[in-house]
Amino acid sequence: MPRIIVEVMPKPEILDPQGKAIASALPHLGFTDFSAVRQGKRFELTVEGEVTEQVLASARTAAAEMLSNPVIEDVISVRVDDEGAA
Amino acid sequence: MSEPTVTDKEFNIDTVEHASTTPDTDLPWAALGLKSDEYDRIVTILGRRPTAAELAMYSVMWSEHCSYKSSKVHLRQFGEKVTEEMKKDLMVGIGENAGVTNLGDGWAVTFKIESHNHPSFVEPYQGAATGVGGIVRDIISMGARPVAVMDPLRFGDIDHPDTLRVLPGVVSGIGGYGNSLGLPNIGGEVVFDSVYQDNPLVNALAVGVMRHEDIRLANASGVGNKVVLFGARTGGDGIGGASVLASESFDDSKPSKRPAVQVGDPFAEKVLIECCLELFHAELVEGIQDLGAAGISCATSELASNGEGGMHVELTNVLLRDPSLTPGEILMSESQERMMAVVTPANAAEFERVMAKWEVEYSWLGEVTDTGRLIIEWDGETIVDVDPRTVAHDGPVYERPYHRPSWQDSLQADTFRSSSAGQDLPQTAQELGGAVVDLMTSPNMADVSWITDQFDRFVGGNTALSQPDDAGVIRVDEETGLGVALSTDANARYAYLDPYTGAQLALAESYRNVATSGAIPMAVSDCLNFGSPEDPEVMWQFAEAVRGLADGCQELGVPVTGGNVSLYNQTAGRAIHPTPVVGVLGKFDDVGRRTPSGFERWADGQAIYLLGTTADELDGSEFARGRDHLGGLPPKVDLQAEKMLGEILINASRDGMIDAAHDLSEGGLAAGLAEMGLRFGVGARVAVDGICERDGVDPFTALFSESQARALVALPRSEELRFTDMTSARGFAALRIGVVDASSGDLEVAGPYEGGSFTLGLDELREAWSAVIPSRFGTLGEATEAVRQEK
Amino acid sequence: MSTETPLIGDFRAAPAANPLGGARIGVVTFPGTLDDRDAARAVRLGGGTAVPLWHADESLQNVDAIVLPGGFSYGDYLRAGAIARFAPMMNKIIDAATASSGTRLPVLGICNGFQMLTESHLLPGSMVKNDHLKFLCRDQVLRVENTSTAWTSQFTADELIAVPLKNQDGQYLADPATLEALEAEGRVVFRYVGENPNGSRNGIAGVTNETGNVVGLMPHPEHAVEAGYGPDDATGMRSGTDGLTIFTSVIASLAGGAQ
Repeated sequence: MPRIIVEVMPKPEILDPQGKAIASALPHLGFTDFSAVRQGKRFELTVEGEVTEQVLASARTAAAEMLSNPVIEDVISVRVDDEGAA
Repeated sequence: MSEPTVTDKEFNIDTVEHASTTPDTDLPWAALGLKSDEYDRIVTILGRRPTAAELAMYSVMWSEHCSYKSSKVHLRQFGEKVTEEMKKDLMVGIGENAGVTNLGDGWAVTFKIESHNHPSFVEPYQGAATGVGGIVRDIISMGARPVAVMDPLRFGDIDHPDTLRVLPGVVSGIGGYGNSLGLPNIGGEVVFDSVYQDNPLVNALAVGVMRHEDIRLANASGVGNKVVLFGARTGGDGIGGASVLASESFDDSKPSKRPAVQVGDPFAEKVLIECCLELFHAELVEGIQDLGAAGISCATSELASNGEGGMHVELTNVLLRDPSLTPGEILMSESQERMMAVVTPANAAEFERVMAKWEVEYSWLGEVTDTGRLIIEWDGETIVDVDPRTVAHDGPVYERPYHRPSWQDSLQADTFRSSSAGQDLPQTAQELGGAVVDLMTSPNMADVSWITDQFDRFVGGNTALSQPDDAGVIRVDEETGLGVALSTDANARYAYLDPYTGAQLALAESYRNVATSGAIPMAVSDCLNFGSPEDPEVMWQFAEAVRGLADGCQELGVPVTGGNVSLYNQTAGRAIHPTPVVGVLGKFDDVGRRTPSGFERWADGQAIYLLGTTADELDGSEFARGRDHLGGLPPKVDLQAEKMLGEILINASRDGMIDAAHDLSEGGLAAGLAEMGLRFGVGARVAVDGICERDGVDPFTALFSESQARALVALPRSEELRFTDMTSARGFAALRIGVVDASSGDLEVAGPYEGGSFTLGLDELREAWSAVIPSRFGTLGEATEAVRQEK
Repeated sequence: MSTETPLIGDFRAAPAANPLGGARIGVVTFPGTLDDRDAARAVRLGGGTAVPLWHADESLQNVDAIVLPGGFSYGDYLRAGAIARFAPMMNKIIDAATASSGTRLPVLGICNGFQMLTESHLLPGSMVKNDHLKFLCRDQVLRVENTSTAWTSQFTADELIAVPLKNQDGQYLADPATLEALEAEGRVVFRYVGENPNGSRNGIAGVTNETGNVVGLMPHPEHAVEAGYGPDDATGMRSGTDGLTIFTSVIASLAGGAQ
């Protein structure tokens, strides 16, 4: 069944304490190549049937109104998952 | 959403009919943890080979964890060493999900401790979280509203890297799950000892209350009544976990036996609690059972064998999270947040309404029969046809061989005083003062608020005492103030030196803690954490501890109402110290009478009394631990003295004579005084001269000995005469050793030593005392600091 | 008064401790709400009548004010308060709290309730995980900086109060312009005193809307209403009852018809 992938990230200007904690833990485990980490969310919306433009529009609305909080988060992408559709 | 259907599956269903015609099929009974004689016994019971589904059921239900096969012969003493007097408040005894004790005024209370040790080692967060979830469901399934939780925790050496992994995960798991349920966490223990490296002990206690008429039992009564499974869907969580995770040691050679970890959903559990309470309130269920270890296997066989004796279930009706599960896996799954209930056909519609209101999924699985058989079908074909008693109750019982360890004598001969650790003891004021600071900043005496501040202790609005007071106290009835006190204790070092005495010391301390808060001790629940029962020396420790605990309960007159046994707590052949965790529950007519454990600011000038006498008992003590010594004999137990001390503390609380009380245990008088001062930052001036003179001990012994049946109390001068009249009428030693000094914030201890007295500033002591745990586990502090600086 | 649904065990519409008070204050229960009984008790001890409201219902039952209690509605999954915000009851509350004519319904959101109020944009800003990432439970001192809201009228200006703090996602965030406006308009109602417990901007513990009828507060006043069960204070262990003034304030302002 096809899926729509929605990705949500904390706004760049908003401090991400979880990402920060991960970033500071990485060097302890020997991962020294990364200077910053930000942690976001990925939603997989399973669709019964075809992903029409209308379904996609509905996903965008859900992403903007419920899956994210515009005060602290941005919706990065709303797209059809090609692999999931196989 | 489409439901997984039977036709999606491609199993070779092993039916009963198939099993009868294929007697020689090889079954993986050994991989499922069964011994060959156990398998033979199943074949004898059934008169044929078991089906794959039957084998799954027997293997989980006959595991050590579910069947208590090694411990049963010893645990019987808890039921045998009971007087009629002890039974008078016992409404439901051992054997149900949890025992129930009468509180009076139509109220009843149920409580139980369980272990989630191995799962918490594998995945600390989820292991600890699901431990809370499991014990809370035990309480719900008695018909009670859970009202509080506690967590006795034991970790490896505080500086061991694995402790750094396990402790923060366990603490966030308990908080993440328990806080989301709205249950105040009112106490517990935190112990560090290298014996728990690779074998942390994560025990969880839950307590619930109910009206007498709401008591529910796990039985399937009423032929024709319907059996329903509700709550979370069934997935592949912890398949085999009951028999494998909880019963086998972690041996690196058998990595494949580590199954998936169960993942908890506290939100689902919270909804399940409220939903079940609504079902109870509306009297919609005849019997109820939570699904824990062994999942549907356990629930169906126990409900059936405790009721009319039979049950007929269609297993394809189970709602699945993972449609690829086989029937055997469905029967063994330990998916969390599920309950099974028996409902009359007349109540079915109303039951469904409650499910809809709380948006809880459910599926009707079958019905109660009087055939004496548990029949489970898969799409109409019989895959299980057993006498449920043979699964639930007639598992194997082992009389494991045991003998006193060969090293026990030499261990007991190695006393603290005779060892090198017992030389060069602190003598001068300065040395003794330094020793108190060292003691209070040792990992096991340090402030644990870094841990307990991650738990909600306020929710519910009924918490009258919580950590760091001696006991947790919860109000049950807001009108009258009726309530309960709870404490859990164990000193595994004592139990290692002498398991019989050690178990009694755990009981004595827990009893004393409850009495110190002002409550009347009523009932006991235990969690017996030991090594492998297949080791005769470990088995001896277990047998001795159970005997000691049963004898002790009889002498104190408090019955064991339930509990849990956790065996195989050992890695690479090294067993943990025997750790019998004992929980005592006490009753308050009015929790407003509870006694705080520290000197309060307004109590300036109150008299401080030491109750009980002090002997030279340093073996196994915290002071000895500080010098890496463990040998000799634990402190003497005097349960009659404990009982009398308890009466004094309870009467003094009830009659409003005392304003603070604290029991003396680990760390002795030194720790007791420091803790009473640190509680509210209020100091005291005391002298140990009187103790030394009366008891014939030196100042060091007076401060650090761990003699039992002792407590400190603070009382207004106007109450001194009444109080000492009470103690002398009972012939119980009471000695005025000092006064509360709210002005200075110092603890001043005078004595017959060079320098005359030492003074500890409580602010400085607090700083060091409260830094011990964060300095190790505040590893997120670096990130926090970075975050703070950035802002 | 409807007690058809035994919402939360023994919590029914609780009659006022003071029969002359009688303000009816709705306490909304969502799946995962934890502090509803505590909030109902606080209303009762404050002299009002607590009316249980169920998230899925649409009738406000003519209550005079609303408390959105703390907890983990919907497990805090997605974001704290984000799913509860879409409950039918919330829509009614939003309408009543922002009514363009007549009295605007006083609404207090505590902890998770505060999170619902920011998610539904009745209050500005948002709540994210504490900067130290841990759940933190402790006695917390707050300064009351705005005594003109429906919920704080009986405090004195800059009064210091002690109430329990307990949360995981308590770090208050808002963009600089919003923060500036909040400060300029005196809409910061409560501020943390001493060490900031969670990294909240400007030490903000509670804010109000432009009209002062909606207040959000991260710590828990309903846990500081009864001696013996609250935070420690100068008079003794667990003796703090400073939180009660929030409930007596709203009841008094309702009785006086003041808004």
